[in-house]
Parts: sequence; structure tokens; C-alpha cells
Amino acid sequence: MPRWQAGVTVMLKPVVNDPQGLAVESGLRQLGYGGVSNVRVGKYIELALVAEDEADARTKIEEMCDKLLANPVIEDYAYVVDEAYGDTDAEDDELDSEAW
Amino acid sequence: MKCAVVSFPGSNGDMDAVYALSDALGTPAERVWRTETDLSRFDAVVLPGGFSYGDYLRAGAIARFAPVMEAVAEFAAAGRPVAGFCNGFQVLTEAGLLPGVLMRNAGLRFRSHWVHIRVERSDTAWTADIPRGTVLRLPIAHGEGRYVVDTETLHRIETDRQIVFRYCTATGALAPEANPNGATAHIAGVCNPAGNVVGLMPHPERGAESLTGGDDGLMILRSLLVTSGVAR
Repeated sequence: MPRWQAGVTVMLKPVVNDPQGLAVESGLRQLGYGGVSNVRVGKYIELALVAEDEADARTKIEEMCDKLLANPVIEDYAYVVDEAYGDTDAEDDELDSEAW
Repeated sequence: MKCAVVSFPGSNGDMDAVYALSDALGTPAERVWRTETDLSRFDAVVLPGGFSYGDYLRAGAIARFAPVMEAVAEFAAAGRPVAGFCNGFQVLTEAGLLPGVLMRNAGLRFRSHWVHIRVERSDTAWTADIPRGTVLRLPIAHGEGRYVVDTETLHRIETDRQIVFRYCTATGALAPEANPNGATAHIAGVCNPAGNVVGLMPHPERGAESLTGGDDGLMILRSLLVTSGVAR
């Protein structure tokens, strides 16, 4: 099966207060960047996976986001996915589920 | 009457919970590992405080997939008492057994001190021995304890009486200065609709001995005995 490389961005929903973003914004202001506003801090997650085709890869990534990577109560996610080239071997990177 | 205290990698309140239940309260309690799949020999389950799985991704997000959590969900579905203290509360929300989510404290500081909470209902498995309106003094120790729900869910849990504890002043008044983390509607703890699953950010197990500052936490643990018919 082809391998795919994905980048998932998880951000707090716009209505959710982000104290981390406010603290970073205040730091930037103290550095002299007075024009900065609306700083929000999120997460970026990279992952490789095997999937039959792009549609299959997208389905799997969305499931992962819904089940674990994002908490739908407070977070939204977006992602990009591309076919992976080169010698990355996703199978070698499989998480040891026993360890959970 | 026997309690299970679930240990995840990174739990640090598990021995405190075992001590509070077995020594302070006098009810047998034992630790079970995250790989446990059968909880049927127990009468109540406690998810303790700590930093399960390093709090990676989100607090409680990974513990939720430990094998024991399926057994906890079955135990809860059967109407038996389940409680989560601090990180245990975070795990219960991530697992969908309780509504809402615990986010980074509004002031960004890790808050470690004693707080007061008001008991909002006395007909849950973990408050059966505490009259409504009672003010308890308990310790907190968390960086991610700000309870958040959307407006619609807040309305629903208020209507369904799922708010069990609110942060308050020593005299029981709701005030911003008595809310240590910016929690929505001063919420310190909630329950499921049936009232057998309860989670709260304060630590009843660390407030179970007057020698270490206070024993109001015993009232929460003792409620179990009333729920289970051992005492009334």
C-alpha cells in the first residue's frame, strides 16, 4: 500500500479563551511589537501512514483527529496529506500498542 | 466493600487514595494496573491524581485508551460508583464518561493550595453523606483544571443537576476570587446523569487527615459507605 505523509494542525475553537496565547501576546508586546493581536497557540502533529489511496488516508486521519488528536469540545483541526516518497518506512514506526 | 484505585504510568495520587480509603476511612482498597480488564470484584473505582502518560497531547487523553478504561466504562454503565480526582477527572472527561473538558488554568499558574467547594447535591454516589450546601475545605494541585463547557452543555448539565461541586468562599459564596482556575460557572466537579460517576479537581484523598491540614475529604469517601449500604 502507498505511504502518506500528513500534517495535522489542532487549534482551540475561536470562542475558547486561550491564556497561553494571551501570555505570548503580552511577551511580544514587551519585546516592542505593539501591533500584535489575536495570538493563539495550537499544536502541529506530523504522522506517516499507509493507506490504499488519498481518500482512504483522509478517512483515517479524520478518524484519528476525532478520536484522539483533537478534543471536539474545545478544538478544531485541519490537515494536509501528500503521498510520501523516499525511504521512510511507516511500518517501522508503528506504535507499540502493548505499551499502552 | 472493596475499592479499586487505578494506576496509570504517571499517576502519583494512587497511594494517597489507597491510604485515605484503607487507613483513614477503614475500607479495603487496592491498586489495579492499567492492564486490568475485570473490576467485578470491586464495589467502587477511583481514578487518582497525577500526570498519566505525562499529560501528553491533553491531560487524560491517552490514559483513556488504557485497557482498564473499558472495564471502568462497563462498571460505570452498571451504575456502580466511579470517582476521578484531579487527573482522574480529566481522564473521565476525555473518556466521555463526564461532560466538559479541563483546560489550562486561566492565570496560567499551577495552583497548589487549599480551596473551599460547596456541595450542590447530596444524592450522588460520592456525596450521599453530605448535606447540600455544605462547604468543604480541600487541597488542589493542578495546572489544567479550568472546567470548560459550551453554553448549550452548561445549560443541559445545570438542568440535569450534574454540577456537584462549585468553588466558593469559606462561607459558601460564589466569587471570582474563590475560583482558582477560571472554571466556567465556578464548577469544581460534575457527575453523570445517573449520579454514580463523579469527578472533581480538588483532592479528597489528600484532605483525609487532620494531621496533614484537614479531613473534609473523608466526607466524600464516607459517602461511598452510605451509597453501598454499609452505613447510613
